[in-house]
Order: sequence, then structure tokens, then C-alpha cells
Amino acid sequence: MTRIGVVVFPGSNCDRDTLAGVELAGGVAVALWHEQADLDGVAGVILPGGFAYGDYLRAGVIARFSPIMRAVSAFASDGGLVLGICNGFQVAAEAHLVPGALLRNRGLRFLGRDVRIAASRSDTPFTSLVEAGRPMRMPIAHGEGCYFADKAELDALEREGQVLFRYVSADGRPAAEGDREANPNGSLRAIAGVLNARGNVAGLMPHPERASEAILGSDDGLPILRSFVGAAARAEQGGWPPVVGAAAAVPVGVAS
Amino acid sequence: MTVAEPPVARTPSIPLHRSLGLTDDELDAIRERLGRDPNDLELAMFSVMWSEHCSYKSSKPLLGTLPTRGDRVVAGPGENAGVVSIGDGLAVAFKIESHNHPSSVEPYQGAATGVGGILRDIFTMGARPIAVLDALRFGDPAEARTRHLVDGVVRGVGGYGNCVGVPTVGGELVFDPSYGGNPLVNVMAIGLLEERHLTRAAAPGPGNLAVLFGSSTGRDGIGGASVLASATFSDDDPAKRPSVQVGDPFAEKLLIEASLELIERGLVEGLQDLGAAGITCAASETADRAGTGVAIDLDAIPRREPGMAAFEVMISESQERMLAIVRPERVAEVGAICDRWAIGWAVIGRVTDDGDVSVTAGGHELARIPAGALTSNAIVHDRLSAPPARRRAAPAPGAPIVASDQLPERGMDPGAVLLALLGTPNLASRREVYEQYDSTVGTLTSTGPGRGAAVLRVRGTTKGLVAATDANAAVGTADPWLGAAMSVAEATRNVSITGARPLGVTNCLNFGDPTRPEAFWQLAEAVRGLGDACRALGLPVTGGNVSLYNESPSGAIRPTPEIGVVGLLDDVSLAIGPAFVTAGDEVLLVGEAGPGLGGSEYARLAGAAPEDGPPAIDLGREAGLQAFVREAVARRLVASAQDVSGGGLAVAVAEAAMWSGLGTHLRLPIAGSPAVDLFGESPSRIVVSARPEHALAVVRLAEEHGLPTARIGVVGGDRLVIEPVGSGATGAAEERGSGVADSIDVALADLRHAWDHGLARALGWDVA
Repeated sequence: MTRIGVVVFPGSNCDRDTLAGVELAGGVAVALWHEQADLDGVAGVILPGGFAYGDYLRAGVIARFSPIMRAVSAFASDGGLVLGICNGFQVAAEAHLVPGALLRNRGLRFLGRDVRIAASRSDTPFTSLVEAGRPMRMPIAHGEGCYFADKAELDALEREGQVLFRYVSADGRPAAEGDREANPNGSLRAIAGVLNARGNVAGLMPHPERASEAILGSDDGLPILRSFVGAAARAEQGGWPPVVGAAAAVPVGVAS
Repeated sequence: MTVAEPPVARTPSIPLHRSLGLTDDELDAIRERLGRDPNDLELAMFSVMWSEHCSYKSSKPLLGTLPTRGDRVVAGPGENAGVVSIGDGLAVAFKIESHNHPSSVEPYQGAATGVGGILRDIFTMGARPIAVLDALRFGDPAEARTRHLVDGVVRGVGGYGNCVGVPTVGGELVFDPSYGGNPLVNVMAIGLLEERHLTRAAAPGPGNLAVLFGSSTGRDGIGGASVLASATFSDDDPAKRPSVQVGDPFAEKLLIEASLELIERGLVEGLQDLGAAGITCAASETADRAGTGVAIDLDAIPRREPGMAAFEVMISESQERMLAIVRPERVAEVGAICDRWAIGWAVIGRVTDDGDVSVTAGGHELARIPAGALTSNAIVHDRLSAPPARRRAAPAPGAPIVASDQLPERGMDPGAVLLALLGTPNLASRREVYEQYDSTVGTLTSTGPGRGAAVLRVRGTTKGLVAATDANAAVGTADPWLGAAMSVAEATRNVSITGARPLGVTNCLNFGDPTRPEAFWQLAEAVRGLGDACRALGLPVTGGNVSLYNESPSGAIRPTPEIGVVGLLDDVSLAIGPAFVTAGDEVLLVGEAGPGLGGSEYARLAGAAPEDGPPAIDLGREAGLQAFVREAVARRLVASAQDVSGGGLAVAVAEAAMWSGLGTHLRLPIAGSPAVDLFGESPSRIVVSARPEHALAVVRLAEEHGLPTARIGVVGGDRLVIEPVGSGATGAAEERGSGVADSIDVALADLRHAWDHGLARALGWDVA
């Protein structure tokens, strides 16, 4: 069984949800305390949502300097699989594990509601079981989720296939930046999740672990967690070469 | 005994006890209990503990009349929260509490610390908090002050709850001018625990140590209980700002985890949170519950700032602090857990067998008071009660009222009225508010805010918990007995229509100045109504909170008995919601409309006074209705069930249609008048939908419960059509020269437009 680590910062509040989500996805979930300097030999790491150290200064900015994040950064630079969800995405961005930054939501209010996102490609460790372009419903819950990068960087991300998830409308079309209903935090180019250049680290703002059982209203998020656990299992056996590059990208909205 | 005198700032012209909010009679009662004069520190401790907020000195005799027993009740009133067993060794803890006055002075921090305080009440019992509901009441939404308060309170609730990771799953938002000078912020929290981890807020075992952990003690919230919560507002409110506490949700998150870990490892003999009256309250209540004493070493208490006087340390309401009673040999382990969560801690005292709360500093004893004198033996006032000069006789339970209907219904177009009602700030969608809350963290939320009662699954079981809050203050203005009874009926009905069995009732009684006989009469009548309704429904009152002095220079609030209910579903997957489910289903009305438009949203729209005839309630019928719907859900006879309340039947059906995207065509028998049947808010009515083959069984089951039913139509289409039929369905249209009775016939898209944008428009949020 593949062991997946879930980092627990003192202010993480999605850690238990994410540990449960990993188990639902077929992994063995291992809590990794923020003060520990090693990863306990796990095959993949998830940075969960919450308010890592209170986030009074800026989301994720303190967490970046924690002992566990030094280990996570080293793991990622060795090609280890890392997924940041919500605050975990913010932490990963602050730690420069993924490109871009998360700014305060347009409207400057916290937003907790369902959105739809779609994956741009199915050939990554995070989406191998996800049909590209298919709308998936899951909640967001954040105050700082407006994805930002400068124009050149955004162009490069699109060119290199690093825009992994976009906010979409019910029919799967990417949301406009000003579409408050489909892209409520105002993310540039409706970006909900990105990959790093190497393809082994991803961050996304919506919560797949909160959409992993029908009783919660949606299980659309489970394939993302399953993809991750599966990729970690293959990586453990030395079998998963992270793939990235423009050629592999499937434009959102085309596949379905 | 020699007791050193600590310095307390004095105003030379006013005796100290009066400037602390104590009356001359109360000073005499303190002397009687001590057998001597209190010193300044002791007087300060009495002033906060004998505040209305801590002592319930006006309401205690009334609250004693409430039913509190039940087979499943594990902990009732008097504990930090009520606890009810749900089987499988699990129990649910829940309580509602007010933070009205702090929120009025400083809305963000007032609301935030309101959430923090009620969460501490829950995890102090050994329960992990799993949900929050917030019941908010404000003045006219067009006023700048109301908008400022709404914005701050909503951000405060969200800012705290979102960070600690407890979902906000429901609540209420009501606007009425009576709350203009005194908003209400009532927060209910629910927690889940293993029964074996139930922890008492007691200090047993002389020789055990008192460990204070969490934030350090500062000057914030000095006298919050007495200055803010127990006095009427006046114009010097900014001066009260230092009495508002400041919240730190990150600290609370650490406190939750550390406290639950201490309990799970069996390291504490008792646990109490520090809320109103701070260390004084925690020490005296834990000692009194255990029949022991607690000796506090003032020098050991970690301070946030130097130079704090003894009384400031003893009554500070600094947030995010806990007091644990620990065996001496376990202190190191307790400290290690606090260290791991980076929480400060200190041994600040020990349990004694002398029954006193004593305070020592620098080797001198500064105060010594019998614990009971501060808590269970605090003063109780026998307040004068007098009904207002102009009022109707309170109805006996079940006695119908025949009210004359003074409203200008002749000539109304019911479709236009419906659209207007859906767009009013009290009935429009609350989405703009509840989307500022995290309602899904914890992955337990099956039904979140905006669709009637909240439904949470219980992880590891098939069970579910259902929660709702309600208060009918509009009816209570005319008749506080009826207002309270209808509040209980509506809150429990909202739980029952999901299929859940209500487990118990928590209440937050928001009333005016109890020294005013009329205000005290309102409180007394409401408590009587609360008790009558709970007895009729077979439900225990498991706890609650009383908030008095809700008055401002512009007057008193409407009497507002906020009711919180938690119910249990044996199988959460069988829960049903209010929205229609399938086109072709039959629509049935169970129960029938009674006269009385007083207190309704229709009456508000039409400009009527709330004193005009409110509807009656028959509590026996209400109990029958709720039993009927639970059985109908359990037997899978109904697909949806919707409560008829604010805005009446037309709004109830409009919601069921909008939320499903399915229209309906109804033929509604009009017995009295179209306004009463379409928009009246008489209780004990629900609208259900059922597969056609189940409709007859639904009618029969309702008959068995003594309930009238009408098969009124079918689900389908994209319009809401309600055709009034029968003898009462004439008048308005004929007056306008039409030969047929007026129908409602509106496209769902138009209903949705009115409903979606009403709140933002009222609050001016749509122009941003």
C-alpha cells in the first residue's frame, strides 16, 4: 500500500479531511507534523487547506520557513510528487514550488461555495484518472484564491501545458476572468490549478477531498486523489516519469 | 482574617459597588454572605459574577419551570453545553449563546469572539465542534449603521469560524427596526463526542492543581459581563470599547486540538473555558460544582502587559484561555501537550477543601469568598411582571383565535405580491451572506446553508444530525407566549421535515430590561410558551443563555426567543429536502391555514402593525404533524417536504420550485381569504411532494395523525401557477373588473431574479 503524507501545520484545518480522502482514494494516509524534518519515507505529499500558522501576515508566507517545508522542497526537487490544496497551494506558491501567486479574491471577501473546474490534460500524476475538459463540481473556501502571474508568465504556462485546472461554466467552457458566477475569485485566465515545469508538483484552490463522497453532494474530486495515489504508487516502484510539455496538453472544452 | 486592599480606580462621588453595577440591596446581600464588608477586589469579583449574564439573577426562577429531562440527555442546563446521546457510544453537544452587546460596539470582534466563546463551551465538554449556526438580527437595511454592522458581523463570524475550521452551516438573518440600536448576534455550536470522553467543568480532589493554558491574560474585556452584557445601551458606547474582547482564531484552533488531546488521554479531572468573568468565573464554578475550593496564586498567572491590578487579572475576559484541573503527577504530561501545540501554560492554583475561592499575591491573601456565594448561591431577584396596558389575552394552547383581518387584500395582484415578498430582505436569498462562510470544512456537511435545516453526516455510522435555528419575534411582539411557542414549533418542524427526530432544544432568550415590569412580563410569558411547546412536543430543554437589557435610546428590541434544535437521522441517506425532486410528482398540503395575518411578512409589506391578530397555534396538532412527516419520510412515501412559514404557502412553494428548477401547477382551495391562504403564516402546515402512487398513502397517514390534507397539484414545467379555487376565491379580481379569481402565474426565472437579488439590493451590495 502506498503511503501518502499529509502535512499538519498547527493551523491546518483540512488535514483530517485530506487524510480521510487519501484513504478513500486507496492510499495509506500518514500525518506529517510541521516540526519534523523528514518525510517518513512517504511516496507523495499533500499540503492541505487551512490557515497554516494563522495566516495573519499573508496566506502561506510563514509556513514556507517550517522544518517540514524544507524537507518537502528537497523531496520535490528530487522529483517527488507534491499536491497543494487551497492553503497548501498558497504555501507551495510562497515556497516557489509552483509558479504564480494567490491574491485576495476579487470583491475582497472570503468565498465558500461550489464551483466547477476542468482539467486541461489527463497525462499528469494528478489527473491520470480525470477526463480532460469534463466539468467537476467541488467547493472552494478561501479569501486569497485569485491566481496571478504576469502576462509573459501566463503565456508561458499555457504554452507549456502547466495550466492544469480552469474554472469552467456548467457546460465546460472556461470562465471569463470577469465571470463572477463561474470564476468567483477573479483568477487570471480562470486558472484554478497549475503544475510546476517538471510536472511533479501541482497546486489547486478548490477542495477535491470535500467532493469525494456522494453524501457530500459530489464525488467529482475523488479521481484527482486517486490519480495522485496511483502516481505515487508507480513512482515508488520507479515507474512514473512525470510528463510535461506543450505537446501533451489538451485544450479545455475540446475533449468532451 | 486580614485581607489586603488592592487598588481599584474610584470615582469619589459614587460608591464603588454602584460604579461596578451592583445595587445597594446587592451590596447588603454580599455582606450577608461574607459576614463582613467585601474589599475592593472581592467587590469586583462579585460584580461580574452577579451580573445578569453570569448569575441569571432575574431569569433563574423562570428557567426552573422548563422541562429538562429526557432519556437521552447526558448533560443538561447548568453545564457548558447540553449533551444528548445518539447511540453507538456517541453523543452530541450543542448550545446557543448571544454576543449582542459586544457586536453592537465592535461588530467584527464582537461576532468573532461570539463564535469563539460558544466553540469553547462545546470542546470543554470533550466534544469536537462540527458546526456553527448564526442567528443575526439587525435594523433597517437601508441605514448606514445597519450596513456597517451587517458587514462587520458577517466578516467576524466568517473570519473566526473559517480559520478554526468549523463550518457555518445555517442560521438566520432578520431585519426589523426594533434591532436598529441593538443588533442580535446569537451563535449556536454543535459538537460530537464519544460519551466516555464527557468532561465536567468541575474541580474535584483537593490537592489537584489548576492549570491555566492558552493565551496570556490582558486588559481586554474588563467587565464585559457586567458593563456590556448587563446594562442598557446609552450614548457613551465608544467608551465601552475596551470591554469588548479581541479574538484570535488561530489560538483557538490550537486550544481545540490541545484540549481534546488532554481529554482523550485522560489527563484532566475537570476542564472549564474562560469566558465571561474570566478566572473568577472558572475558579468559582468549577469549585462550586465539585463542592471544593480553589486557591489562586495571582503571581503565577501569565500577563500580557505589566502593571495589571489584581482585579483586572481576576476579571479579564481575554479570549482563548482554558482552566484544567490536573492531578499533580500529570502536570508534566499536560505541559508537554501544551508545548507541542505552542500554547502557554502555568499552574496557577490548587484545589482545596475549604469551599472558598481565594486569591493570593506576594504571600498576602487578597480575597476569600465562598465559591457558592459567587455562583449557585448568588442573589436571585423577584422581578415585577406586568403586561402592557394594551394587549389581547394570551390564548390557551390550542384555542383558535378569530382575528379580524384589516389588511388591504382587496384589489391585490397575488403574483405581484409574491414577487415583492421574495425580494424583501427578510425572505430573499441569503447567499451573499452565507457564501462568506466556509460551510463544507470537516467533510460532514450533506446539506449546507440556504435550503432549510442543515444536515451533517456522522462519520463512521449511517447516522446524520440535523440542525436549525428559528425565532418568531414578530408574533411575540403581540403575544410573547405565542411567539415562543411558534419559534419552538418552527425550529423543530424544520428538523422533522427532513425525517429527523428532534433530540432537544437550546435557547437564547433576547429580551429588554428586566427591571421594567413590561419587559419582564415578556420574558416570563416567553419562557412559559417555550416550556408549553417543549412539553407538547416531548422535548427537553438542554441549555441556553439569557440576554437581557437589549435596549437602546430608541427603544427595546422585539422579544426574541431564539430556538436551536438538533435532530437525529438513523440513516442520513434517507433525509429529504424542501425542493421538489421529480416532474410528475403530486403536491399535497398537509395542515390548513388559520386566520391571523399579524406578524407576517405580508402584513409588514401591507403596513399592518404586529399587534393586529396573529395566528393561533394548536401544539397538539403541531406534534401530530411532525410525527406524520417523520413517519412519511421513514416509509419513503414523500420525496420532499417544505415548511410553510415566512411569506406563507406561496413563498414556500416558490422556494421548492426555484431550488429544484421544477415548476408546479396548483389549485388551492381558499377557505378564508386569498391573503390568508396564500401569504398567511399560521403554523403547523407543510407542503410535500410524492410519487403519484404514494399520494393516497400520504393522505391516509395524515388522517391517522388527525391532519387535514389537500392534493393540490403536480410538479412540472417552468412556471409557478397557483389557482385559487372554492368559495373564498373571489373578490380581488372582480373588483378590478375581471370575471375570474386572480391566479399566480410567474416564470421560475422571474421568481429567481427577485429572490436572488433582494438582499444585495437592500444592503447596497449590488452597486459595488
